[in-house]
Amino acid sequence: MPYQLLRFAFASKHPEPRMFRAPERLKDTYDAVIIGAGGHGLASAYYLARDHGMTNVAVLERGYIGGGNTGRNTTIIRSNYLTPEGVAFYDQSVRLWQDLSQDFDLNLFYATRGHFTLAHTDSAVRTMRWRAEVNQHFGVNSELVGPEEVRKAAPQIDITCGGHAPILGALYHAPGAIARHDAVAWGYGRGADQRGVEIHQQTEVLGIEVQGGKVTGVRTTRGNISTPRVLSAVAGFTPRVTNMVGLRTPIYIHPLQAMVTEPMKPWLDPILVSGSLHVYVSQSARGELVMGASLDPYELHATRSTLDFVEGLAAHMLDMFPFLSNARVNRQWAGMADMTPDFAPIMGTTPVEGFYLDAGWGTWGFKATPVCGKTMSWTVANGRDHELIKGFNLSRFERYELTGEKGAASVGH
Amino acid sequence: MKILTCPVNGPRPVSEFAYGGEVRPMPDGATCSDREWADYVFNRSGVPGVKIEWWYHIASGTWFHAERDTVTDRVIRTWLPG
Repeated sequence: MPYQLLRFAFASKHPEPRMFRAPERLKDTYDAVIIGAGGHGLASAYYLARDHGMTNVAVLERGYIGGGNTGRNTTIIRSNYLTPEGVAFYDQSVRLWQDLSQDFDLNLFYATRGHFTLAHTDSAVRTMRWRAEVNQHFGVNSELVGPEEVRKAAPQIDITCGGHAPILGALYHAPGAIARHDAVAWGYGRGADQRGVEIHQQTEVLGIEVQGGKVTGVRTTRGNISTPRVLSAVAGFTPRVTNMVGLRTPIYIHPLQAMVTEPMKPWLDPILVSGSLHVYVSQSARGELVMGASLDPYELHATRSTLDFVEGLAAHMLDMFPFLSNARVNRQWAGMADMTPDFAPIMGTTPVEGFYLDAGWGTWGFKATPVCGKTMSWTVANGRDHELIKGFNLSRFERYELTGEKGAASVGH
Repeated sequence: MKILTCPVNGPRPVSEFAYGGEVRPMPDGATCSDREWADYVFNRSGVPGVKIEWWYHIASGTWFHAERDTVTDRVIRTWLPG
């Protein structure tokens, strides 16, 4: 153990600067209140302060920073989506990701690994080809590759997947990457904090005051605030917040589970995803295999884990990598995903003036953290939807104009 | 393994069932407005609570109702509708 760590044990005051201040009490008035101190909420606060000069902002968090889905996802970053709206949006996000470590002066362990979406059927190959064409049209680096390229990138793979799901090809997306997810929340949080934004942890929102169709304030467990703008960035808690302002949405909550193995020597460089086998897997910088599967099959507002999940995912992992039969699972966990009917997010303005949504991030929200912060801060500062998120407004449902991204969701649904 | 009680076949593992969503009244498509129809098609009551839901026992092809708490995942009762 480095001896310098001992000073943390013996010092009466914490010897290093803290990442964030912990303001003692809420102010009476803020220019904007952001509910949820996860990646999306803190990124919005960061860009509101940095790009739009709004620093009288409070971020309210009922738990702790990054304790929700920001710290529960499998950290995959990619932009190989299916709709023009989706591709343009996520591509912007991938670009933002690449400079974030510098922006924050904090190592995010951002690692470009390459991302293979495996196709085991003819129809899956067809979808991959479609996605590759859409991606290339928008200048995103994606291509259809054969099983040989998959084998070259991951030599340990059983290309027949146990004989019952042979890999016929894959969508290869070279910019696919992973990053250390907690650091993303900390980096944005510290950056926002340094610019004057207040982050209030352990502060639960109890209600939102609306008068004459306009937001006027927020009631919390630590007192009431008046504010003309509220941004909800709360992942699996969105329906509870929209209920406070009487807004109906298509969002429904299902848990999404994930697990990691014990750390092992580096052997898996790319990120592999199989929709048919319900597997996505990458090896973290620490050597653990980080794995996820499909959504739990029914509505549930809890982050409990199940044995069924581990059994099912392990069986499919063994189809792909039989040599892992001795690997041990270290941890499993779950997050609450707010799902939408078209597998695209719900973002931007709402019928309630001053109430903004960054929601419906289901199982695909982590990769979008930077661009959500950018576009939502612009939307909150200007009171209208940013160009990139117009296709994601809540009103698309009553116009029957959906933004269908189901084919590009990595998770089986 | 979680157990769900099918009103016809008794207690069975939850993997034998499919979830059919909350029971909701359907507006009359001939008379309601486009907006009301879109509300029925897309919008859901996403807040947690005790809800009455459709469930389907796959092996026997039985649709039935279950009253379930969506926070604790406790099934209060199941019955055949109608």
